[in-house]
Amino acid sequence: MEIIATHGTLFLVLAIVFGLYMTWGIGANDVANAMGTSVGSGAISIRQAILIAAIFEFAGALIAGGNVTATIRKGIIDPGPIAQTPELLVYGMLAALLAAAIWLMIATSRGWPVSTSHTIVGAIVGFGVAGIGVDAVQWAAIGQIAISWILSPLLGGLIAWLLMLSIRELIFTSDNPFLSAKRWGPFYLFLVGWIVSLVSLFKGLKHLDLHLTNLQSLMVATVIGLLVAIAGKLMIDRVQPNVSADRDFHFASVERVFAPMMLFTACAMAFAHGSNDVANGIGPMAAVVSIVQSGGQVGQESALPLWILGLGGIGIVVGLATMGYRVMQTIGVRITELTPTRGYCATLAAAATVVLASKTGLPVSTTHIAVGAVMGVGLARGIGALDMRVIGNIFVSWLVTLPAGALLAAIFFFIFKAIFG
Amino acid sequence: MQAIPPLSALFARSPFKPMRQHMAVVHDCVGLVPGLFDALIDGDAAALLAAREAIDAKESEADAIKNDVRLHLPKSLFLPVDRRDLLAILEVQDRIADVSQDIAGLLTQRELKVLESMREGLRELVQRCVEACGQARAIIDELDELIETGFRGPEAARVEAMIAQLNQTETETDALVTRLLQTLFQHEQTMDPVSVMLWYQLIQWIGNLADNAEKVGERLLLLIAR
Repeated sequence: MEIIATHGTLFLVLAIVFGLYMTWGIGANDVANAMGTSVGSGAISIRQAILIAAIFEFAGALIAGGNVTATIRKGIIDPGPIAQTPELLVYGMLAALLAAAIWLMIATSRGWPVSTSHTIVGAIVGFGVAGIGVDAVQWAAIGQIAISWILSPLLGGLIAWLLMLSIRELIFTSDNPFLSAKRWGPFYLFLVGWIVSLVSLFKGLKHLDLHLTNLQSLMVATVIGLLVAIAGKLMIDRVQPNVSADRDFHFASVERVFAPMMLFTACAMAFAHGSNDVANGIGPMAAVVSIVQSGGQVGQESALPLWILGLGGIGIVVGLATMGYRVMQTIGVRITELTPTRGYCATLAAAATVVLASKTGLPVSTTHIAVGAVMGVGLARGIGALDMRVIGNIFVSWLVTLPAGALLAAIFFFIFKAIFG
Repeated sequence: MQAIPPLSALFARSPFKPMRQHMAVVHDCVGLVPGLFDALIDGDAAALLAAREAIDAKESEADAIKNDVRLHLPKSLFLPVDRRDLLAILEVQDRIADVSQDIAGLLTQRELKVLESMREGLRELVQRCVEACGQARAIIDELDELIETGFRGPEAARVEAMIAQLNQTETETDALVTRLLQTLFQHEQTMDPVSVMLWYQLIQWIGNLADNAEKVGERLLLLIAR
């Protein structure tokens, strides 16, 4: 208890610094991946992507980011056995943050496609085993998370596949694809607005003291969906067929209809990502803050302070603006197989899956879902070629990240313990 | 920070664009064959040699693209079509360039005289064969759209119609080949035997240009039919 009283301010500062470091890494790499499908399809520019990400990541973290934070803080380890020595939990959370941030840096600098969610979960497990004991880790929760790692790409893939099939059925195989695209465009936009607002309304707004019944949520989401559809229709109506481009690729005009729609899916994706992944960085930060502020109470029910969510949002945006820019530029140049329609399907499916997952509190990885969604589009024969070996590598890196994060966190935990006693 | 983001690494280079590029080069290559016969008929040895060199260059270019596609089409690729079908199409496409090269080679190896009575028929046959290859190229250019529609719908019907038209063109070249062979038969008593033999071979080879073009269409039809 004395340790917390003595070093309380230092712990707070460290938590904020490490938390910002972590969210900076998320913004630099993860967000760039999340926005990659939009940029890669050529529908929005990198500049637009950064602006969209800045606004909607922040909004997502603030409005719908509360649930996953709770899982990160309390769902993975049981701090009960160390209730008498709360400083251990502080060390652990600091160690987890630092370990995750560093692993993220190492991995991304080498081009390993690791997930921030895996990293932080692994780190917390590592601390749990090292600092409390094997029994403290809630292995059932880990199992649930592991299932979500398989489930989320599958779900993302399934949704993307269904969307792709519907676009093919309604638009590409119709007699006049361009007119069909204009006719169905607003409907697809409605889906974007509806799905994202519905799922975030369902569970994400508790800490904003906004309590809606299911029916109210449904109605609000429908209204938002309609607004998005109307706004999109105004944009779509201005699209003229490009006859000269049609000579090279005669669905070029259809893709022109979907290009403005990507603006909306990109917003949805950024919102979804912010609502889910920002928690990776701020969950442990919030745990430290809660312990220090309560003077050493562990496991106490406390609301997540809004300023922490805001801090996480800022970290992400700064990371995106400083480093993510380059990553996204690379994606924009390299992904040439993504047309706006394919990008739309992949992005909306990923966004829907992410928000769905964050609603249930599972710390899924946006990268996994994006991979799944892109594969779903590929399965619907929408994409020329996916490299299965790369998918294999991604799976391997998913496996490696957990122990790597755990090991680093354990090491840092012992270092902190040695420094502060 | 990383240079290659994982999500973009997920996308292997699609083989469809190189497939189209390959067919375009093959079409360019076969497009030089009429010039070859013009030079032969005019008796312009320098022009003949120049045409042959141009054909050789295009054939090498096509080979390079073909090898590139083969190298970058690993088994692990997640393709919307069977990779064997794709490689088979590539093979037939490439054969058009190969046959063009063979024809050019034969014409420059020996001095061949073109009978007065065969000139027009020869020009017409070569022209029709080049048209057939152009039609095959137009069909291959539809690959992207076919993928977009999942090889179904009006787009597939359009390509099927194009393939039917290609088959029609090929049938016409068959008739031209037969007529040329008949003309050759009428004159073979007055020619030296080796030349006669080579002419029979040459006319068959010209016909092969259209045959292979037709096969490109037929192979693509298999993709649609699946």
